[in-house]
Order: sequence, then C-alpha cells, then structure tokens
Amino acid sequence: MDLYSEIILDHYQNPHHVGELAKRTVRVIEHNPLCGDSIQLDLIIKNGVVNDLAFVGDGCAISQAAMSLLMDEIKGKKISALKKMLPAKVYDLLHVPISPGRVKCALLGFFALENALKSVKKK
Amino acid sequence: MKTNILKQFPILKRKINGQPLVYLDNASTSQKPLVVLQALQNFYLNTNANVHRGIHTLSEEATEQYENVRAKVAKFINAKTEEIVFTKNATESLNCVAVSWGRLHIKKDDEIIVSALEHHANLVPWQELAKEKKAKLKIIPITADYILDLIAYEKLLSNKTKLVCITAQSNVTGTIVPIKKIISLAHKFGAKVVIDGAQSVGHSQTNVKNTDCDFLAFSAHKMLGPTGVGVLYIKRALMDEMVPYMYGGDMVETVGQEEAVYHRDYMKFEAGTPNIADVIAFGSALDYLTAVGLKTIDAHDKELLAYAKKCFSKYSAVKIFSPIKIENCGGVLSFTIAGVHPHDIATIFDQAGVAIRSGLHCAEPLVRSLGISTTARMSFYLYNTKHDIDVAEKALKKVFTIFKIKN
Repeated sequence: MDLYSEIILDHYQNPHHVGELAKRTVRVIEHNPLCGDSIQLDLIIKNGVVNDLAFVGDGCAISQAAMSLLMDEIKGKKISALKKMLPAKVYDLLHVPISPGRVKCALLGFFALENALKSVKKK
Repeated sequence: MKTNILKQFPILKRKINGQPLVYLDNASTSQKPLVVLQALQNFYLNTNANVHRGIHTLSEEATEQYENVRAKVAKFINAKTEEIVFTKNATESLNCVAVSWGRLHIKKDDEIIVSALEHHANLVPWQELAKEKKAKLKIIPITADYILDLIAYEKLLSNKTKLVCITAQSNVTGTIVPIKKIISLAHKFGAKVVIDGAQSVGHSQTNVKNTDCDFLAFSAHKMLGPTGVGVLYIKRALMDEMVPYMYGGDMVETVGQEEAVYHRDYMKFEAGTPNIADVIAFGSALDYLTAVGLKTIDAHDKELLAYAKKCFSKYSAVKIFSPIKIENCGGVLSFTIAGVHPHDIATIFDQAGVAIRSGLHCAEPLVRSLGISTTARMSFYLYNTKHDIDVAEKALKKVFTIFKIKN
C-alpha cells in the first residue's frame, strides 16, 4: 500500500486543530532529535475530558498527518480512556504500513500526548 | 574503465523496492569494492594473528601487513610513516587531538577558531575543550554563496589564537575550503591547524607537506575501506608535545607495578589490539583509489555535480544549497523542495531505488544557519553515473506528483 495516501497528504497539507490555546491546561513540546521534527501540543481539560486542543508542528508528512489524525481522535475523549491508548491506535489511524525508520515520525505526536497526560496528573 | 569499476561493487546490482539500487549517500559512507572484501577474507582465512607481539610466523605476517598499510596511508597524503596513527574513525582522531594535544596546550582565554561549516565531530570536541579550559570558541562565518568568509577569518586571527579546526570539505554544502591558505594564515600567529578530511581525502588529492598541515583526521569507510578504521596524521614535531589518550598494552615501553613508560612515537596512541583486519583491507582500498587516480575521481565527482545541479535547478520548487562555482565544491548536493519535508523526499527516492540522506547531516548549526530545518542530500562517488542522476530526477518528479507541487 502507498505510504502517501490521500488521507495522509490531506492531513499533512491541511492539518486539523492547528494553533495555540491561551487558556490551555497543559502545553508540551516534543522533539525528534534525529530529524529535527517537533510538535507543540496544547490541551484544555475540563471534568476529565479533552475539551479543546491545538498543535503547532514542523516535520514530515507522516509525523504531521499522524498528529492531525490523532487530534481528531482524542477531542472530547476522557483522560482515563486516553491513558490506556496504545501506539497501535496511531498506526490504525494512518492506515498505511510504517517502516522501522519512520516509527519515530509516526509516534512523535503520540508521545507528546502521553507526556501531556502525565503532566496533567501532576497538576 | 566505467564497466570495470561497476564490476568491483556487486552491491550496486541489488534491487531496492523492485528498482535497481542507485546509491547517492556516499558522504555518509561509501560502498566497498571486491578487492577490499577479498583482503578482509584473506586475512582471516590465512593470516589472522595479533600484531606487534608474537614471534610466530602468523604474527610476523600480520604485523608486516598492518604496518605496510601505515606506510601506504602516509604515501597517500604525502606524510612520513611515523606520522600516521590508526583510530576507529575521524571522530576519534579529532577527539585524540582535543585530549592529547588540546589539554596540554590550551589555556584560559586562549582562542580556538572553527568554521560555520563543521560537522559535529569537528565542533563538539572543541566546545568541550574550550569549556574545560575557559578558552573562547570563535566561528568563521560563510558567505551567501556558502563559501568560507576569508576576510572574517583574517579578522578573527590574533596572538590569542592557539588552534584552528576546519573541514576541508563540507558534508552539507560540499564547499571546498582553501586549507593551504587557512593554514599559512594561522601559522603566522603560531596557531596549530586541525583539518577534518573526512569528506575530502578519498575524493581529491591531499598533501600534508605542501599544505603544512599540523593534524589531519579522516575515516576509511568514506573512501572504499571498511568501517572501524580512522586515521590521524600528526606532524612529527608535534607528537612529542602530546600525551596518550588511552592506556594499556602495546602503547608502553616498560611497565612496573607502580608506573609505566610509554612509547614516544605514534605507538603511544594505539593502546590495545587494533582493528588489524580492517586496517589491512583499508590498504587494498588505498591501492584501488590510487589505481583509479584521485584526479580522475575528483573530475568525475565534479562532472556529476554539475550535471545534477543542471537537472535539479530546472524546477522552481527546488532550492539548492551549493556554491555557484563548481571548483568550490565537492560531489555533494543538498536541496529542499518547498512544501515537502526532506524525510518524505528521501522516502519517495527510496521507493525508486535511490538512496539519499535527509536530515541535519550531523551539522545542526550549519543547517539551522541556512534558515531551514533539514535538507535532502545526494553525494557522488566513482561508481555513480549520469544515469543515476537521471533516475534521481525521475524520483524528484514523483515527489512533485505525490505532493501536488507545481513548478
């Protein structure tokens, strides 16, 4: 199957939920030191639910499309449910085979979310 | 000649994603000719023994073969045999200078000059040395044409300058640095010069005597040799001003229970069993490069670079990061495409069988200074052809199609 599917290219060129949230509950920045990709994720958490979210990213089609798809997926979801989410979810959303060299690209946003959820607990 | 060269590199017959391999990642590492692989196998099949120790026949043969390569390396760069130290790579060679020479000679408020073109290997050791000694690190900038700003360099030089560390050729922009001039200017102030020859020694002629170079570091694996072998050339007079950076067997003259006396020559830098087999195989790589001729290789690299620049600069979405004049440039071409991340370029090239590098190329300050996050990079060697570049151009068009880029 083609890595650069219509869905991936569409999310890369027109990503969903791009921006910053002034009233955010939490902000995390995740880097991939190997390729220089980065993602900044803002979340507003209300009553244990992802009420609003936004991200700013710089990176390849895979990392940015994966983040955009993930944003659609997690909006309105319960934090308790998101904490149980596995990387496999990202692969499902991308719906294309990810080679070992691109795993870090695909999961950059997932790790940003994971760190954001961890820091929510601390607050 | 071309067919003979291709016969030496059977890996080039491999198919990648169903397409014939086009290997354009030579600035990372080169492929290895059959003569090198045969030398490696021959050593383990017929000669394998430790060096510098045994009286038995195998050990004597291994020692002779190993030391013969030292002489070959010396001849290759016009040095003396006793000026050649084997390490594991250019990075280790540069670290050896930082530790064995730098720690003794760099003092507080001294200045170390590096250039904006440096690979991390010729930057981070000097950052650390400067930090440790409270010395200052000064950076020679590059011009808008990606060449070294020599006027700025002259202004940076002073009596405080103790060391100048500079690449002979950038692994990102391909920029060739006029090292002879750099060295003679530094010497006027009594500063020593370290040259990172990782990108240049296997591609164009190097002459340490003619350039009056103090230290030169390079890696075998970028010049048809095996991985795990590096070279450090040290001007003989400077070797006495240096201390070992690793201690153990083979680097000592005598050892008592409380203290030891070290060899005074190059042997003091080669503690422990060295990478015997790979050094010997590297000797075959040097023979092969010499037979083809570095002038031929240099001209071939430049011909391919000029052709690639012509093919790629046709497209308005492509931005090339390379000096305008071909004579200022080795066979390296970095580029970006507006609207496409270099990783995606590399993936689409790979689908067409074309191996290129994408990323920061271990030169993060340089790439950042170009105002971009990363680049895609093609780099050429003697087995590449214009046909390879035609295949790369086809892959480039595929990138435009997939990402709907208009030119």
